[in-house]
Amino acid sequence: MTDSSARSADPVVDMRGITVEFPGVRALSDVDFQLFPGEVHALMGENGAGKSTLIKALTGVHRPTSGEIRLHGEPVEFTAPVRAQNAGISTVYQEVNLCPNLSVAENILLGREPRRLGAIDVRACRTRAARLLDRIGLSIDPGSALGSHPIAVQQLVAIARALAVDARVLVLDEPTSSLDTDEVAELFRIMRVLRDEGVAILFVSHFLEQVYEIADRMTVLRNGALVGEYLPDRTGRLELVSVMLGRELGTLEEVERRSGGRDPGTAPVLTARGLGRAGAIAPFDLEIHAGEVVGLAGLLGSGRTEMVRLLFGADRASTGTLGVDGRTVRPRGPRSMIARGVALCSEDRKAEGVVADLTVRDNLTLALQAARGWMRPVPRRVADALVNEYIEKLDIRPADPGALMSALSGGNQQKVLLARWLITRPRLLILDEPTRGIDVGAKVQIQKVVADLAAEGMAVLFVSAELEEVVRVSDRVVVLRDRRKVTELAGDGVTVDKVMSAIAAHGDQDSAVAS
Amino acid sequence: MIRHHLFWPVAALVVLLVVNTVFNPSFLEIELQDGHLYGGVIGILRNGAPTLLIAVGMTLVIATRGIDLSVGAVAAIAGAIACTWIASGGDALTAMLLALCVCVLLGLWNGFLVSVLGIQPIIATLVLMTAGRGGAMLITEGQIITVDDPLYRQIGAGFLVLPIAILISLSVLLAVAALTRGTALGMLVESVGTNPRASRLAGVSSRTIVWTVYVFAGLCAGVAGLMISSNVNAADANNAGLWIEMDAILAVVIGGTSLAGGRYSLAGTLVGALVIQTLTTTVYSIGVPPDAILVFKAVVVIAVCLLQSPRTSELFGSRRRAGPARTRTPEVSAV
Repeated sequence: MTDSSARSADPVVDMRGITVEFPGVRALSDVDFQLFPGEVHALMGENGAGKSTLIKALTGVHRPTSGEIRLHGEPVEFTAPVRAQNAGISTVYQEVNLCPNLSVAENILLGREPRRLGAIDVRACRTRAARLLDRIGLSIDPGSALGSHPIAVQQLVAIARALAVDARVLVLDEPTSSLDTDEVAELFRIMRVLRDEGVAILFVSHFLEQVYEIADRMTVLRNGALVGEYLPDRTGRLELVSVMLGRELGTLEEVERRSGGRDPGTAPVLTARGLGRAGAIAPFDLEIHAGEVVGLAGLLGSGRTEMVRLLFGADRASTGTLGVDGRTVRPRGPRSMIARGVALCSEDRKAEGVVADLTVRDNLTLALQAARGWMRPVPRRVADALVNEYIEKLDIRPADPGALMSALSGGNQQKVLLARWLITRPRLLILDEPTRGIDVGAKVQIQKVVADLAAEGMAVLFVSAELEEVVRVSDRVVVLRDRRKVTELAGDGVTVDKVMSAIAAHGDQDSAVAS
Repeated sequence: MIRHHLFWPVAALVVLLVVNTVFNPSFLEIELQDGHLYGGVIGILRNGAPTLLIAVGMTLVIATRGIDLSVGAVAAIAGAIACTWIASGGDALTAMLLALCVCVLLGLWNGFLVSVLGIQPIIATLVLMTAGRGGAMLITEGQIITVDDPLYRQIGAGFLVLPIAILISLSVLLAVAALTRGTALGMLVESVGTNPRASRLAGVSSRTIVWTVYVFAGLCAGVAGLMISSNVNAADANNAGLWIEMDAILAVVIGGTSLAGGRYSLAGTLVGALVIQTLTTTVYSIGVPPDAILVFKAVVVIAVCLLQSPRTSELFGSRRRAGPARTRTPEVSAV
C-alpha cells in the first residue's frame, strides 16, 4: 500500500521546531512534522496531546511562537486560515463548521462561488457542486438545505467543500467520529482516490483500526511534544497505544463487570410504556433498574438520541407514559426530570453541553446550581472542592477550575460535562455517546466510571455507536433500527455478533434474532 | 493594563473630560450651593441618569443574547401616563406607581414574545418600539402635557446633595450587581446567553430568566421615563426618550458586553453610559452644529469599538490577547 517512491520526493509540508504558547500554557513544544505528497499521514495522541494545535498552526489559526513552516520548500507564514486555504491547504474539522441554513451547493462553494457579471451564477454553482458531490459519490440534491441532512452527510459535504479548492494538502481532523461503518468505508475510498492523485492527507482519528487501515505513516504526539514517527506495518497496535499513553498496557485492562445483582422486588427507576413521538421514534417499552447498565445500540439515525431525549423530557412524547419509581410522571421539560433524579449527557457536546464562555468551575456546577435555584449559589469553597475532586478523578487538563471551557480540548470538555451530572448524584444517568471523539485512555476511564457508578447502585443508560463498547459495559442491550426498538438482548445474548445481526436483520427476521 | 477590558472606555472618558476642560476651563469645578452640588460633571451625571438606568436593564437583556429596542417608547409611555394622571388631578405617587405597573406589563409582553413564542428579540421588541409611541400619543391625546407637582419634580430634577436621578440609577446598578453576582443569577444569565440549548438541558429555567430580564428592562425604562418627563415637567410622547435605546445599547457595548450574549460587565456599562453622556455634553460645548451631532457621536463610538476589538489590541499590544479563549471569532456552529 505504501508508495515508497513518495518518501523520496520532497515534502509538501515541512514543519520544524514548532512551538505554540498560550498565556500560561505551552500547547506545543519544538515539534517537527513532515507531510509528503501522495500519502495518508495519521497524527496520533491523547486528548490534549497537541494534535489540534499542530493542525491549527499549519492552517493559520494559531501563529507559532517559534519554528518554521515550509510549503513546497518555501517558508510560509499564514496570518489567517484563508491564507493557508489559498495556498492549497484545506481543512475539515471534527465538528462540522458549515451553515445549516444555506444550501449544500452554497456551503460547498461559499466564498468561491462562480460569478457572472459580478453576481453569483446560481446555475454554475449547482453544477459545480453536483460535480464535486459526484466525485465523492454523494447523491444528494445540491439545492437542499444543509441542515436537513444528518451530521454524517454534512461531514461529507465538508469534505466536498475542501476539494472545491485545488487542495494539495487535505487536513481531516476526526472526520470519522460521526460516521457509521459504510460511511467510513466511503470516506476511505475517497481518501485513497485523492492520495493516488498526489494529495497529501493529514488524518486524525481516535479509531486505531481506521488508522491502521488507511494510514501510510503515523506521527505520535504526547503532552505537546513529538514522540516519534511510526509505520503501521512495523508497529503493533499495543505498542502504538503504549507510546501514545506513555505507559505500559497493564493499566488498560478490560472493564470487567456483569452485575445482574439487582433486586427484582423493587420498582424500576424508569419505566416507559408505549412511549413514542411521531416522526422521531415509534412507541417502545423500556425498564431500567437501579444498579444496572442498559446499552442502547443502533446505527446512526436509528433513533438513539430521539429515544433518550424522550426519556429525559427534552422532547414531548406524543404517545405512551413515562414512570419514575413506578409512579407515572408527565415531564414538562428537562428540569422536571432532573428534579426526579434523571440526567442526560448529550451527544452534541458543542451545541448542547459546553457553555464556552464560562469557566470550567461554572460549567461543572451548572446543573447542580440550576437544581438549587439561583438564590442559593453553590458556595465557592464547596464548588472548588467538587471541581478539584473531579479534575483529579477524571484527569481533566488543564487542572484549573478558572480556565475558560473553550480553552479545553474536546475530550476534556466531555469529562467536565460528565462531571457536571455526576455531582448532581442522579439515580439514572443517560450517557449519549460519552466517548465519541476521545482517546483510548479517557475512553477506558469513562467506561470504568460507568461500571463503578452502577456498582454503587446508579442506573445507567449507555448509548454508543461502538458496539464493542456497548457490549463491554452493558448488562442488557436494547437494539434500535429505523427509529424503532427491535429487540433487547440480555445475559449471554450480549455479544457484538448478536447485537450486530439484530441491527442488520430485516424486519421479518426480528423474532429470529430476539433471544 | 492595556489588556483590561475597561482600559479603552475609561481612556475615552478621560479624553472627553480633558477636551471639555480645554473648551471650558471651569468644567471640572464643583460648587456647593444650598446643599446641592453643581458643576459640569454633576450635570453629566444628572442628564446621564436615564441612559445609565436603561443601560443597566439592557445589559442583562443583551447578556441573554437578546436586545430590547422598545425602551425608548416605554419611557415615553411612562411619562405620558404619569403626567396625564397628575394633570387630571391625581397625586404624584399613584401616578408613578401606575406608570411603572404599565411598564412591567409591557416588559411582560416583550418577554412573552421572546421567551415563550420564541420570536427573535430584535423583531419582538420592534413591535413595541413602533406601537409604543403611538400608545403614548393616545394617552396624551397628541398634546404635550405639562405638570407642576413638587413631588413629581424630585425624581428627575431633585437633589439630595447629588441629583436624585443619578442616586436612583446608581442604586439600581449596585443592587443589580449585588443581586446577580452575590447569587448564582449572573452565572445563569451568562449561561443562557452563551448556550441556551445546553442551559436548558442542564436544567436552567431559561424561559423564566429570559422573561424576567425583559420585565426588568421594562421597569428600568419606566423609571427612566419618569426621570425624563419630571426633569422637564412635561410628557412629550414624540420626543421623550427618543433614540435612548441606541444610547443604552452603545453604552453596554462600549462597556465590553458582547452583543452575542454571555459575559456581561455592569462596571463596563457604567463607564459606557458616562462616555455616551459626556460625549453628548462635549458635542454641545465644543459647538458642533446640531445637525451633525449624531454623525459626530457615531464617529467617536466607532473609534472606541475599534480600539476594543481583539484585532486592534493585537496591533497595539505586542502579542495576541488571551490566546484562543477570549477572542470571539464569528464562527458558524452546526446546529
